Amino acid sequence: MAARADGASAPFLPRIARVRSRRRETHDTWSLALDAAGMAGEPGQFNMLYAFGIGEIPVSVSSDAAATGPLVHTIRAVGAVSEALAALRPGAALGLRGPFGTTWPLAEAAGGDLVIVAGGLGLAPLRGAIRRALAERGRYGRIAVLYGTRSPADILYRSEVERWRRLDVEVAVTVDHADQRWHGNVGVVTKLIGRAGFAAAHATAFVCGPEIMMRFTASALEAAGIAPARIHLSLERNMKCAVGQCGRCQFGGSLICRDGAVMRYDRVRPLLTIREL
Amino acid sequence: MRTRSLDHLICEHPFFAGLAREYCELIGGCARNIRIDRGGYLFREGEPADQFFVIRHGHVVLEIVAPGKGPLRFLTLGPGDIAGVAWLVPPYRWVFDAQAVELTRALAIDAGCLRDKAEQNHDFGYELMKRFMTLLVQRLHAAQLQMLDVYGSPR
Ligand SMILES: Cc1cc2nc3c(=O)[nH]c(=O)nc-3n(C[C@H](O)[C@H](O)[C@H](O)COP(=O)(O)OP(=O)(O)OC[C@H]3O[C@@H](n4cnc5c(N)ncnc54)[C@H](O)[C@@H]3O)c2cc1C
Repeated sequence: MAARADGASAPFLPRIARVRSRRRETHDTWSLALDAAGMAGEPGQFNMLYAFGIGEIPVSVSSDAAATGPLVHTIRAVGAVSEALAALRPGAALGLRGPFGTTWPLAEAAGGDLVIVAGGLGLAPLRGAIRRALAERGRYGRIAVLYGTRSPADILYRSEVERWRRLDVEVAVTVDHADQRWHGNVGVVTKLIGRAGFAAAHATAFVCGPEIMMRFTASALEAAGIAPARIHLSLERNMKCAVGQCGRCQFGGSLICRDGAVMRYDRVRPLLTIREL
Repeated sequence: MRTRSLDHLICEHPFFAGLAREYCELIGGCARNIRIDRGGYLFREGEPADQFFVIRHGHVVLEIVAPGKGPLRFLTLGPGDIAGVAWLVPPYRWVFDAQAVELTRALAIDAGCLRDKAEQNHDFGYELMKRFMTLLVQRLHAAQLQMLDVYGSPR
């Protein structure tokens, strides 16, 4: 079972955080390191970030609270709020509520192999979990990080991904299309699953990416022998309150903000193909 | 002796896993070992698709040239994969380029030879087609996912 945490004691009251630094990741995505005294969030959790006068959106934690260093959020500018947040400069203030939601069940994965599959921006919510697993490398068997994205220019955290490759981790990156300067893999991320070395019987998988990618990936992981109860997905639905009150992010009998965003595949599988949800 | 060892290589390859030994022998009779250096081509668009490749070591990338853009790469194939399906259907011409991105070793299977054997022995042909149909459906699903551009911006 993924662990739960209830966020701040006054969950509707944003606290003020300041941008410590801002880093461009890709053409439309920026990472903000925040000075947010005492506010962090475990890998898998999210915060509600408030761009003053514009609005508030859920954004996953991309750092590891167990490590030293600031809270980091990676934001893709797709609309009014995410654009305003991604444009914030060092020193600028924003509102922050959280952390909310479930965490990647790292403790449950200990003792076996860990297979992490990310698609596109889905690497952001997984980065903290990867960092934590690397910091506690001895707790796991093999670790595989399989990452699929659109093109070589869309690879998030590029230098960090390179660094993981040099550690005791199997890192495979694939893109949907590329030109001749790219010598890595081209093709869908599920193709990497068959090539990765892990002992499925004792493996745990964390998956995050666009929902179509997660459906294909979860079924490929299951076909590779990982039990559905050991496959964990991070789901996304639009949110408003983030504390299980408003019902905006209802997903079947669950609320993503309260029961997720990290949820077990065996529990959500029947819902993933219902179009209305 | 030469053909026998090729049969073994066929039978051991994941794509032919579980295939009856006699069928491996039929395929082995149409096979030869090849080695392509990095940067070399297994096949090029427009050329006759008179063989396909059972990759044993190394990686090959499928690409297509777009005017003014240079080659666009869309699929990497490695050990356990098959390169080339255009030999299955007329007009038997390659529609993409396949370039080795590192030293690649493969079995090249003569397509005419294999098609003749499949015509003569439909049980064999059916076994072969079941494997290629699985491959084609997997490639189709993958291509559809790539086309959907699921990682693209929601706007
Ligand atoms: C639990 C959770 C964690 C998230 N983590 C991150 C993160 O780490 N980084 C990040 O950049 N974003 C993350 N998101 C998504 C982010 O919240 C949305 O992109 C944001 O709400 C869009 O608001 P907007 O005002 O900028 O754009 P809007 O104007 O509301 O939307 C712009 C476009 O984006 C589409 N869109 C809106 N929300 C989503 C969504 N959830 N998924 C896909 N498309 C969407 C809309 O359909 C529209 O086409 C997360 C969402 C959830 C629920």
